[in-house]
Amino acid sequence: MLIPVKEKKLMDVKLGELPSWILMRDFTPKGIAGAFQRGYYRYYNKYVNVKRGGVAGISMVLAAYVLFNYCRCYKELKHERLRKYH
Amino acid sequence: MNESLFTSFITPTMMGIPIVVLIIMFPSILFPSPSRLVNNRLVSIQQWLVRLTSKQMLSIHNHKGQTWALMLMSLILFIGSTNLLGLLPHSFTPTTQLSMNLGMAIPLWTGTVAIGLRYKTKASLAHFLPQGTPFPLIPMLVIIETISLFIQPMALAVRLTANITAGHLLIHLIGGATLALTSISTITALITFTILVLLTILEFAVALIQAYVFTLLVSLYLHDNT
Repeated sequence: MLIPVKEKKLMDVKLGELPSWILMRDFTPKGIAGAFQRGYYRYYNKYVNVKRGGVAGISMVLAAYVLFNYCRCYKELKHERLRKYH
Repeated sequence: MNESLFTSFITPTMMGIPIVVLIIMFPSILFPSPSRLVNNRLVSIQQWLVRLTSKQMLSIHNHKGQTWALMLMSLILFIGSTNLLGLLPHSFTPTTQLSMNLGMAIPLWTGTVAIGLRYKTKASLAHFLPQGTPFPLIPMLVIIETISLFIQPMALAVRLTANITAGHLLIHLIGGATLALTSISTITALITFTILVLLTILEFAVALIQAYVFTLLVSLYLHDNT
């Protein structure tokens, strides 16, 4: 059965078809918003919206936030490393 | 050291794009909206907290004042969560910027004054003159009361900015001092580290208290005017 490239999931796309698969994704604002919404609900329903959720749900988000801010400030933080020659 | 001390307070832009908007919107992700009668643990905890706070805060208002419930509760949640997130390492706290606090304080205060002037004109103007003042003192007292009225939004904004900024600066300074002291004398470094731990506990408290104070004062101004 031949499924067109358009509708395959990422894991089923062959390596040669990857550029055309990426190009056919929906890059309109509505499409990007939809991607963010899908990603958010995927994380939320897996880790937070469960019967016995724990602290892992939000602490992963906070850890990612700390990492994001670290990457943002890296340029200034580079000078504060404990090295003899900067 | 001077430049590195204040770099954590500049508005974050990454390659020219102001991502400060993203950072301001980030706390909203941590408050999912409840969709069922019995929700997951995170949402249940938040619901319980909001109910507790709103009951305590809105008990002093009459019916007209209680229409501000949504505004006051979202205010305390926003300021509280933004301040607490600012205690994470390397993060940017929007409430350290005076511009943002003025943007929160001035419209809210103007709203309370406008409501008072519109619905209870005589009573809200009567606030300018406390009861039982001797007759010759009246002009001066009116001027003083006017000044104290107009200072309210400024005080709200500057109080929040100054408290949070001062706390962050202290943590930076004492943390830097602890690091520098480890190579000189370990015992002094341990003392400084204890001070740092105590300061961090204080900062947690200050973060929450400042949110509470801001909201409480807005609600107080509202109570005067409804």
